[in-house]
Amino acid sequence: MTDLLLEATGVVKTYGAVTALRGASLAVRPGEVHALLGANGAGKSTLVKILTGVVRPDEGVITLRGQRREVRSPAEARASGIAPVYQEPSLIPDLDVRDNLRLTGTPVEPFRDWVATLGIPGLDLAANARDLPLPTLRILDLARALAIGPAVLLLDEITAALPADLTERVMDVIGRQRDDGRSVIFISHRLIEVSALCNRATVLRDGETVGVVEIAPGAEEEIVRLMLGPGTANGGRTRSAAPTPATVGPGPAPSVSAIPGPPAAASPPAAERPTRPVSGNAPPRLAVHNLAAGTKLRDVSFEFRAGEVLGIVALEGQGQDELFSLLSGEERPSAGEIFVDGSPVRFRHPADAIARGLVLVPADRAHALLMQRSVRENIALPSVAPPRRWGPIAIGEETRRVQAAINRLRIDTRAAAEVRRLSGGNQQKVTIARWIAFGAPTLLCFDPTRGIDIGTKHEIYRLVRELAAAGAAILFYTSELEEIRLACDRAIVIFGGRVVDELAAAEADEARLLRAAHGLAREAVA
Amino acid sequence: MIASETLAGRLGGSLRRGGWTLALYVILAGLIAFTSVLQPRYGLDTLAIAALPLALAAAAQAVVVISGGIDLSVGSMMALTNVTAAVLMKDAGTETAVAVIVGVLLLGLAIGALNGLLVVTTRVPDIVVTLAMLYIWGGVALLVLGSPGGGAPGWVKDLVKGGFVVDALPRALVLLLVIIGSVWLPVRRSQLGLSLYAIGSDRLAAFRSGVAVERTKLASYALCGLFSAAGGLALTATTGIGTPTVGAYTLAGVAAIVLGGVSLAGGRGGILGPIGAAYVLTIIRADLVFLGVDPNYSTMIQGGIMVLVVMLAAFLTLRRVRR
Repeated sequence: MTDLLLEATGVVKTYGAVTALRGASLAVRPGEVHALLGANGAGKSTLVKILTGVVRPDEGVITLRGQRREVRSPAEARASGIAPVYQEPSLIPDLDVRDNLRLTGTPVEPFRDWVATLGIPGLDLAANARDLPLPTLRILDLARALAIGPAVLLLDEITAALPADLTERVMDVIGRQRDDGRSVIFISHRLIEVSALCNRATVLRDGETVGVVEIAPGAEEEIVRLMLGPGTANGGRTRSAAPTPATVGPGPAPSVSAIPGPPAAASPPAAERPTRPVSGNAPPRLAVHNLAAGTKLRDVSFEFRAGEVLGIVALEGQGQDELFSLLSGEERPSAGEIFVDGSPVRFRHPADAIARGLVLVPADRAHALLMQRSVRENIALPSVAPPRRWGPIAIGEETRRVQAAINRLRIDTRAAAEVRRLSGGNQQKVTIARWIAFGAPTLLCFDPTRGIDIGTKHEIYRLVRELAAAGAAILFYTSELEEIRLACDRAIVIFGGRVVDELAAAEADEARLLRAAHGLAREAVA
Repeated sequence: MIASETLAGRLGGSLRRGGWTLALYVILAGLIAFTSVLQPRYGLDTLAIAALPLALAAAAQAVVVISGGIDLSVGSMMALTNVTAAVLMKDAGTETAVAVIVGVLLLGLAIGALNGLLVVTTRVPDIVVTLAMLYIWGGVALLVLGSPGGGAPGWVKDLVKGGFVVDALPRALVLLLVIIGSVWLPVRRSQLGLSLYAIGSDRLAAFRSGVAVERTKLASYALCGLFSAAGGLALTATTGIGTPTVGAYTLAGVAAIVLGGVSLAGGRGGILGPIGAAYVLTIIRADLVFLGVDPNYSTMIQGGIMVLVVMLAAFLTLRRVRR
């Protein structure tokens, strides 16, 4: 087949006893955007690493324009025209942008042009990569890959950390690459992006290529069916290793397979959930009045009650980071007040917030977990860390609580000795499990499903609903608009450090949220 | 147009990054002024001679630490090259001595590269490998020369004595600048220099950027060995003999790089900072002697000063970031 640009066949890779890929293949035509899909752990990342020379396959053949290639290092991959943008930023943090370009031999002028095209004007090339915000770093990675005019652009979750406006620009650029006859391999957990952008999709399951789908209306069904595998499509019992993916976006409620333990029902979408009765005289669980911090967070007020999930929608950098820092006790407000159960609080330390039951579930698991310690220690940490508990640990009690939390969240504990060996989805479950074990009544979730596969995402939505049903109050910032309808009761939109819109989740259509998040709906402020 | 804009950008960048180094040299100038009042006979040349071995030890350590490693065998590599040079150069003619100097520098490069090779191939942590090498090179040094002895030709000793052209410019300082300028500057400006910083800053990102991580690591240890050999030769030249016992240069070198703004986590810092810090540490020790402080207290005071200065540096950095 000479009309293929890049082809990988029969790729096998094992790490010790673990088989990551058992027979993966991928065929990319010139001038197409090709999606690579699969649940976390299906082998996407390993295939990407093999294509870009980060690891060597045990078996398998890679051909580029019909010629067999051994890709031995990332440098070689780049030289042969395969330019990857990995899931994590790849600039050297202590070098400035210019030196980073010099390091990889990237021409500066095309890079500069791409950066501007991608929506970051006036980039200071002398800035250290360490000092740049995450979305900018992602854009720089992309611009660096584009600057060498690659034949194959490989994008691993490029949109995961991007705000909506940058995502749009990136999608534009990907489309133009295709029109220029170049190919793009596109990895994303967002099926909406895949159907908007891609020509075909290769689906991996358990380290094997299980199908190639032409993207057309209705292709999502087929993709989901392939990702689920035979006999599990209707929410049957799945293996713990492969979280069940489910449909996203508009459509019927996903029926995720049962998590052991009551209540067994899946979370209904907001439209079908009963409106929560506003419990009479009880003060709200958490209320903030005219909260401000620095230049980012100007004036934010809202409140929510036990049993309620309040969604927050905001583009990158609208003050939501500061808001969560204040609520979790990491920083102190410059103005405004925070009330917990009706009484004002001043947090001097995260321990103060935790003591009042306010706990943070961050987007970046690495900020919350001790990566080299066990699942058990990570879950038990908050309950043993306060100084007044610096005595012997009640091992029996701890074991019981930890095990209960693990069971409830269905955490895959085969790699429990070190949290860093878990998949991203399982790591995020551990960050939530610790607060379940701790019995925290208020969860502050900051984009908790970033970079997690669809199946695990839905488990997290369900968990959020369950915790709310059990009386928890949950604040849920998300960068994916559909999550408002899937997980929340109510949503507020923050723009420029102020609340600009508030609406019930049932009426939170993505168009309205997006308009408000761009600051276009000021007349709608309640 | 673009070139000047680039130059301005670079200048701004290095000023921002080099703020602490600048502050360190201001502190050094203050200390020199203070010392000239305290003890007028302790001139710049005395300081330059006393600080030369430590400055080279700091340079050696800085290269490795910037690349994300550490080399605890700097002190014993210096001892080994010191005695080797002293044994071979004793009563030697000029040509032999020059050959010995070149040979000893190559020896340093080789044993440094061996350190690096062991770290890279065995995957034993660098701190363990180089701790072992600290003992091994120390033992070899004693085999070469059982007790202090050997010698150096007069012209070698004269390399570090007195002034260069004018009295105010000590030869030991000029020699140091020549060594650093001829080794570090070309490296720093090359792809290798960039790679050294890259692997120290983020190994994975460096690998993905196409850096040959292991070869670069090996090169960092080889450069460390080269600077250590220069330090050993400096000992031979300043003392005129070879001393087979391992001095305090390993840890003093680490102290100097920390003071000099090199991050022990790798990726950050330069070489001028550590050299300035070596001078500061040397002059503080001398001042404490002149002030008649009990030597036991003197080391405690030096330790205290180090913590205070590093705190001050952190504070300055914090303020710069906040602004």
